[in-house]
Amino acid sequence: MPGSILVRASANGGTTTVQALIHHPMDSGFVKNAEGALIPAHYIEVVQFAHAGKIVLTAFWGPAVSKDPFTKFSFKGGAAGDDISISWVDNLGNKDSVSSKIM
Amino acid sequence: MQGKTMKRMLIVALSIGLVVPAMAASNPSPASDLKAFQDYFHKRFPTVPPADFVNGPYAMNADMRAQWQDIMQFPPYQFALDSGKTLFEAAFPNGHHYGDCFANKGLGIAQNYPKFDPKSGKIITIEIAVNQCRTKNGQPPLDLQKGDMADIVAYMTSTSDGKPIDVKIPNDPRALAAYEAGKEYFYSRRGQLNFSCASCHVQGAGDHLRAEVLAPALGLTAAFPMYRSTWGDTGTVVRRFIECNIQVRAEPGKPDSTAYRDLEYFLAYMNNGLPVAGPGARP
Amino acid sequence: MTKAVSVNELHADTPLLTRRITLSGIAAGTLAALLAPGFTRAAHAEAAIVMADPSIYPTKAFEAKNEADATKAMFNMTATASDQIQLNAPDIAENGAVVPVSVSSTLPNVTAIAILSLGNPSTIAAAYQIPAGTDPSISGRIKLAKSTDVVVLVQAGGKLYSTSKNVKVTLGGCGG
Repeated sequence: MPGSILVRASANGGTTTVQALIHHPMDSGFVKNAEGALIPAHYIEVVQFAHAGKIVLTAFWGPAVSKDPFTKFSFKGGAAGDDISISWVDNLGNKDSVSSKIM
Repeated sequence: MQGKTMKRMLIVALSIGLVVPAMAASNPSPASDLKAFQDYFHKRFPTVPPADFVNGPYAMNADMRAQWQDIMQFPPYQFALDSGKTLFEAAFPNGHHYGDCFANKGLGIAQNYPKFDPKSGKIITIEIAVNQCRTKNGQPPLDLQKGDMADIVAYMTSTSDGKPIDVKIPNDPRALAAYEAGKEYFYSRRGQLNFSCASCHVQGAGDHLRAEVLAPALGLTAAFPMYRSTWGDTGTVVRRFIECNIQVRAEPGKPDSTAYRDLEYFLAYMNNGLPVAGPGARP
Repeated sequence: MTKAVSVNELHADTPLLTRRITLSGIAAGTLAALLAPGFTRAAHAEAAIVMADPSIYPTKAFEAKNEADATKAMFNMTATASDQIQLNAPDIAENGAVVPVSVSSTLPNVTAIAILSLGNPSTIAAAYQIPAGTDPSISGRIKLAKSTDVVVLVQAGGKLYSTSKNVKVTLGGCGG
């Protein structure tokens, strides 16, 4: 699912703050559609955030994470112009990743 | 006119036992209605800065506002905006663009909709205008409530962010009639629950309805198209009208019905002067 | 894969690692081995994307249906209450499908944070591994099936701590 990750990373005073919004249904498998059939579980399981080849956050998600999941966190280091990468894989094996510049 | 219609309106309003935001009884006109409507809400909610009415429930409740500000760090309608821009800028197979159908290439004009169209005698919402553009260029119409239409209009509306809403009612009896019909719809009870729009958005404004806080009618349509958490995606004014009708157990109209066009005309006109706040995010 | 690739040592059944997980110190050569074809960018290790590896997902922990099982499955230790964890969640969720939750902690050496919703079909909503250098502070949005206690577990200095907050959720009404 290319293009699913929006990221805003900004460096300030030696700390980089990352906000990411990922376009994903995060279906729990508990919800029925209009015809009464269960919508199968389809949710992101693992997300990796990395800077300079170093993982700065690993997220493990279950179906209780909201649709179009949002994440915000900070790490020490990083400077404007550096790359930050995000990648995810879901329970059906779909994946996406993006590399973006820190502002 | 308007004396007879106004008198009838007042009788209808009074008979449904509803205190109507003082519609000017003498010398009635949309302009005097507008002043009375906005004055009513300013008096009722004196601590809310006038422009803040476009934030609906968040202007009414601090806990809700905090949750909204958290979500707005990275607005959930961002995907709709990005998709909408791409769709809006893409050429039709015949080489023309959406921008060719609108003033100023379709940018920075959302604050003027809905508009009265003298040729058809009908009210044209921005969504209907987008479909008219598609038809003119040999393309099938889009669903008026969501999907690509919501995305395109979200983008177009974003180019008017902060501009004062400026809906015009020209000196044409059909335009005036449409405005009055919209106003009457707003104040008329309907459905098994027998609520009017005003029941919740005038009488109930600021109150809780279960976990939700009811938005006042002033500013109600200013933040559309809207990403609603309940929908999990973005929808237009008409999507919400239909949902509201269903929620009071009334038969919803067709998305392009005259009743909805007129209702949106009335509500948007009542927002005149407030800043365009769409696309918006709501529970 | 060399032994330095600690990410891959995490199996589905293993609780969250207590030691820090970093790839620093791994030679560029082995780093390249981690990257899926097509994502390596010539010569710039800092532009490389670290691919999320599904095999490190703690499946069993996410299957747990109560706080005790979830805590044990994820961390294999019990938690003690701490006032050094700041949990921000609304008193009344405006919509149970999108409840903003922020967690931060003043405990030293935080290595992991887990967010639990005791009223949900699966207790664990989300868990985060916090490497050295990353602030022990996460914001996200979770679904709450009903009014419930949201419990946060913070692993710090080899021990486990917790705090909780009750969040009210009702059915969405007609508002908006």
